[in-house]
Amino acid sequence: MATEEYIIQAQDLRKAFYSRQQRRQIQAVKGINLAIRPGETFGLIGPDGAGKTTMMRLLAGLMQPTSGRATVCGYDTTRDAFRIKERVGYMAQQFSLYGDLTVAENLRFFGSVYGVAAATQEKRVPQLLSFAGLERFQARRAAQLSGGMKKKLALACLLIHEPEVALLDEPTLGVDPVSRREFWNLLSALRIERGLTILVCTPYMDEAERCHRVGLILDGELLACDTPANIKAMVSQELIQLCPSHLKKAKEMLQNMEGVLELQTYGNLLHVFLDDADRRQPELERALQAAGIAIEGLRRVQPRMEEAFVSLIGRQRQGR
Amino acid sequence: MNELAIQVKGLTKRFGNFTAVDNISFEVRRGEIFGFLGPNGAGKTTTIRILLGLLQPTAGEARVLGYDVLREAKAACQHVGYMSQLFTLYMDLSAEENVRFYGQAYGLTKKCVQERKAQVLAMAGLTGRERELTSHLSGGWRQRLALGCAIVHEPELLFLDEPTAGVDPVSRREFWQLIYEMSAQGKTIFVTTHYMDEAERCQRLAIISGGRLVAMGSPDELRTKEMRGHVLEITCARPEVALRLLNRERGRLAIEEVALYGAQIHVVAPDQAIQSDVVALLAQEGIEVQTVNWIIPSLEDVFIASIKEERVLI
Repeated sequence: MATEEYIIQAQDLRKAFYSRQQRRQIQAVKGINLAIRPGETFGLIGPDGAGKTTMMRLLAGLMQPTSGRATVCGYDTTRDAFRIKERVGYMAQQFSLYGDLTVAENLRFFGSVYGVAAATQEKRVPQLLSFAGLERFQARRAAQLSGGMKKKLALACLLIHEPEVALLDEPTLGVDPVSRREFWNLLSALRIERGLTILVCTPYMDEAERCHRVGLILDGELLACDTPANIKAMVSQELIQLCPSHLKKAKEMLQNMEGVLELQTYGNLLHVFLDDADRRQPELERALQAAGIAIEGLRRVQPRMEEAFVSLIGRQRQGR
Repeated sequence: MNELAIQVKGLTKRFGNFTAVDNISFEVRRGEIFGFLGPNGAGKTTTIRILLGLLQPTAGEARVLGYDVLREAKAACQHVGYMSQLFTLYMDLSAEENVRFYGQAYGLTKKCVQERKAQVLAMAGLTGRERELTSHLSGGWRQRLALGCAIVHEPELLFLDEPTAGVDPVSRREFWQLIYEMSAQGKTIFVTTHYMDEAERCQRLAIISGGRLVAMGSPDELRTKEMRGHVLEITCARPEVALRLLNRERGRLAIEEVALYGAQIHVVAPDQAIQSDVVALLAQEGIEVQTVNWIIPSLEDVFIASIKEERVLI
């Protein structure tokens, strides 16, 4: 199955829910097309309520689309949902580990749920414990693990049946930067050594940059779908950074200057988004100096994924 | 009036054998945006709870807005707002009912609640949606509503415990605009976060690890003074493969830390002489290197470096 060109495919996928409170249909996913290659790490990003989790559930075969079609590992998510579960590991946002089972017991429990033979479990459990760096904690109850370790255990649990595809819904939420880094290093190992295909939703833009390709979803539609480098290149605004001697006064001045699109404060630094930095930067320097504001550390900054996200979403919302 | 919003001296909290907060001291000035960073379980929430008067310290002292947290917690309470990790809103109440509930809980008069309610909802951008059930609001709106509820009694000092966890970048930005507006009005903000770009927005930061304070200063000071070692930034083809390669050769190359930042690699080393060895190693493995620069460390570099020693002990 993995020899097909695309391991995950969605064609004009749609999902509508009836909302009892709002007494109307809500279109959560509005005609999304997606094609993901084997071994690819694909990131889904978008504001809250954009349809990311619905997309994940549709692809995991946990929910039926209203119309359109999706295949995972060559199987139709509606007709062959069972086959998909054998080949896919799904980590939901509130991943339910069993808190009163130990680390090793959780792994064995998920092994049994996925129908992994006892002899195979005996072999895989130690491998997964070592992979996740949890050997020392295998007798500890899952409830007693730190946040980062819980996430690593959850990842190990979804690998027990050796899936070809991992669907991860915000897997590092609320986890500190060190644990986040460790978690992503595990994902790297999986994709390099095992060729695992990973579809991951994340609110962290630095994680999005680690994906091969990123899909930006807004209101159930795919707004952009490309490599992180190409998505960053879609930002038309230019960004400069400076440290003014009088922050408040500088902000007030810059807010009303022509060509200034947006201001963001970072401690005593200002990020200024301009329509044309070559033209505006000298004007801006002159204006601030004339007002007796000294400037330090003025430099052009390459927009990051974060800026791309905010700018693309903003542009789309304004157009409506 | 006291110039310091928070004074903490030798604060310690033990739970049985476990020392959650280990002899920490710091001060926060009025009007400051103070960031409190640390890994999960470092003692951040425990510290906040002590400062709110919800937990008694084992040793040391703490003053909030000049009030002693042990003896005068009640008096301090009226001037302090708190937004917890799981914004505690009532899902089956409407937006305005939540604000009213918190207003009454803080002991505001009916008239005062009515007045503040309109202001708070306008600040949260919820004017026109007052009657919507909180459970219908998406993450970003809920978060702004929770902030509104935390400031309904116009506190002088606001504690925000991971206020933006799981909130998308657009909403996070709008949230920080609100924080800056409050700071401009002279309010003091004490915030914990796992987002290093948010830490950059604070005026001063403290890093806590294993209950101990391991670094303190402005974001700039932390980047330039606290960081031991230099940071080499590499842009190259197949960064994940390069990362593993460099990790394997860490000992031989005298590298302290290797990590991915988005699509780039950061190598931390005590000596800049390693550059040629690193480049040679990558070339030898057929990895094309596009750029190599010694850079000012990012806050994440500093964070990782300063908590590293603590982690070895855990």
